[in-house]
Amino acid sequence: MNSLSEATVQAAQLVASGDPKLVQIVLLSLRVSLTAVVIACLIGLPFGAAIAVSRFAGRRSVIVVLNAMMGLPPVVVGLVVYLLLSRAGPLGSFGLLFTPTAMVIAQTILIVPIIAALSRQVVEDAWQEYREQLKSLGESRLGAVATLLWDLRFSLVTIVLAGFGRAAAEVGAVIIVGGNIDGVTRVMTTAIALETSKGDLPLALGLGMILLTIVLALNAAAYIVKETAQQRYG
Amino acid sequence: MDMRTPPSLLPLELDQVVFAVGGRRIIDGISLRLDAGPRTVIVGPNGAGKSVLLRLCHGLLQPTLGTISWTSPEPAGGPRRQAMVFQRPVLLRRTAVANIAHALAIGGVSRAQRRPRALEALRRVGLERLAKHPARVLSGGEQQRLALARAWALSPEVLFLDEPTASLDPGATHEIENAIGAMHASGTKIVMVTHNLGQARRLGDEILFMHQGRLAERAPADRFFRQPESREAAQFLEGELPW
Amino acid sequence: MVVTRRTFAISLVALIALGTISAQAQERFITLASTTSTEQSGLFGHLLPRFEQKTGIKVHVVAVGTGQALDLARRGDADVVFVHARAAEEKFLAEGHGVKRFPVMYNDFVLLGPKTDPAKIAGSKDILEALKKVEAAKAPFVSRGDKSGTHLAELDLWKAAGIDIDKTKGPWYRDTGQGMGPALNTAASMNAYILTDRGTWLSFKNRGDLTILVEGDKRLFNQYGVMLVNPDKHPTVKKELGQMFVDWVISPEGQKAIADYKINGEQLFYPNAGQPGA
Repeated sequence: MNSLSEATVQAAQLVASGDPKLVQIVLLSLRVSLTAVVIACLIGLPFGAAIAVSRFAGRRSVIVVLNAMMGLPPVVVGLVVYLLLSRAGPLGSFGLLFTPTAMVIAQTILIVPIIAALSRQVVEDAWQEYREQLKSLGESRLGAVATLLWDLRFSLVTIVLAGFGRAAAEVGAVIIVGGNIDGVTRVMTTAIALETSKGDLPLALGLGMILLTIVLALNAAAYIVKETAQQRYG
Repeated sequence: MDMRTPPSLLPLELDQVVFAVGGRRIIDGISLRLDAGPRTVIVGPNGAGKSVLLRLCHGLLQPTLGTISWTSPEPAGGPRRQAMVFQRPVLLRRTAVANIAHALAIGGVSRAQRRPRALEALRRVGLERLAKHPARVLSGGEQQRLALARAWALSPEVLFLDEPTASLDPGATHEIENAIGAMHASGTKIVMVTHNLGQARRLGDEILFMHQGRLAERAPADRFFRQPESREAAQFLEGELPW
Repeated sequence: MVVTRRTFAISLVALIALGTISAQAQERFITLASTTSTEQSGLFGHLLPRFEQKTGIKVHVVAVGTGQALDLARRGDADVVFVHARAAEEKFLAEGHGVKRFPVMYNDFVLLGPKTDPAKIAGSKDILEALKKVEAAKAPFVSRGDKSGTHLAELDLWKAAGIDIDKTKGPWYRDTGQGMGPALNTAASMNAYILTDRGTWLSFKNRGDLTILVEGDKRLFNQYGVMLVNPDKHPTVKKELGQMFVDWVISPEGQKAIADYKINGEQLFYPNAGQPGA
């Protein structure tokens, strides 16, 4: 396991050096994936909750499709978004290809199904408990969606983290729509892909360890916040 | 406390109401009329359909056959003029006062008015010092009082209660009964299901006795307990029918 | 720590605003489509800062395979193309997607192989003879197989050696469909022969037992050309800025910058902008 120990040393050196390129790559990764998660939550949480509290024809099919879309392959999403944003494509005039915005768009598309499908499950499970009381109070379906999303916020934190994890970990979508441009659209995962293909495995592993540490730290922080708040609010 | 401005919801008219699930009739043809005024308590053995009847009246369930009509019904989507308290209170993960404010917001009360009215409701049930407490960490009795305060804050014409003290100790039960009495005194029609006959005696002005999905007997409370007319009621009071 | 709904909503809006504001909206830049091997040689890291210092124009390099780079330009997603596949570039021009092709520089390919050298070609100055020996020995050989400039050059060499590689390839010939780096990784782990550009090899770290066995044959030279994408066909192309790059890279200043780029004291690319017929 020589590569691993080399990698650990290299990773430590990288972080200690505070190499500005590395910092820029990390910040860009966070910026892209966090933005994607936020937008995906704004779309996916209400959507999932709305399905949970509604009854309509074809509801079961919608749920099945939504669950299936959790497994959307990132490269496929990347390819489709690329074709849409290309100058030759329908949305080309916005000039979004090879920008961080394109990466945000692709990752948002990837994680909306995850957020929506999982929040639907969580809300639907809780709906049994809340349904009669909220109906008794006269709350509208829209109001019930908002009320439930806030009341279930602790369970939803886990879902948000899952979405973020998926976004931060993927490379297939962002490398196609971002172009892995040095200093502009290079994020942790695409940098790892690049260094691997250059044969610089210790460096690639080092970057990988940094990525893992960041995701781990974020999860730990969210968990602590969630646990303390949950204790307080019951 | 504000009296309802006319037109009133009551009387409520049930006409040959049937509620069936999977071919089985849980409510088997009930016709009755509920007027404003007396506290109506519904008793009967398990499976008689008491909770279902309550939910039908409150609109949580739709009858399979027959009609349920309020004299001047609430406009759809508008603020409710009736409320319900369930056996287990359903409270949000917010403070006690925020729970009531949430209900008031649904009722169309302006933002400025919500907090003062919520605090007033808490005061009425003696929970004002717990206003900022998260509702879900309160004791069972306190939670149920909060649920009642929430219902009261909406100034409902009718309050339905489904075994509100079944899960509470005698001390908490006593407090809830006081609050119910106070709500009645301020003009709310009480319709309550209970399996606690002592409670029925304490709180009921009239008794609806249900048996196997039908209304077996209806009488003023003191007459019902002294001299039930139907055989099933007599058996029930003797404890021969299962609780 | 109490998170009220109001603080929550405000932080949300702030997060989105932060995420979508793009600093690059202000800067002048062009999009350059080039190849992975060129980028991985490190040339751009050396060359482009000089260009930016002179003109204030940033160059965004999208490094993909040659075929994809030209395809990108055909869709109007790049302003300038910088690849090393003359036939493909001429076709690109003939289709009307480019304005004019200028030769810029050349580097060379080298044939790598394991130190054990089962085909006995070490030190040969004749690439075609060497390839014939590899094929005769059915020694393991890794090909990029991805229609890249390197791959096309490799196929041309087999043809020039009189070998119909499609017919004679057997399990010894590995068509990997990968970029240069991953293909080298594969060759290193398999102890196989492989054709690569010198630049990628010089920066490649995972060498295993591979070493340069054949080099210097004129047929191994790899010519680079630069083209401005045709603004008549693709109106969104940044023609002034793109033209400035084309002009600079074939100017004496740009050519000198290319020659100055060295790895371990070795020059990688030989500028030849003035060379006719290149």
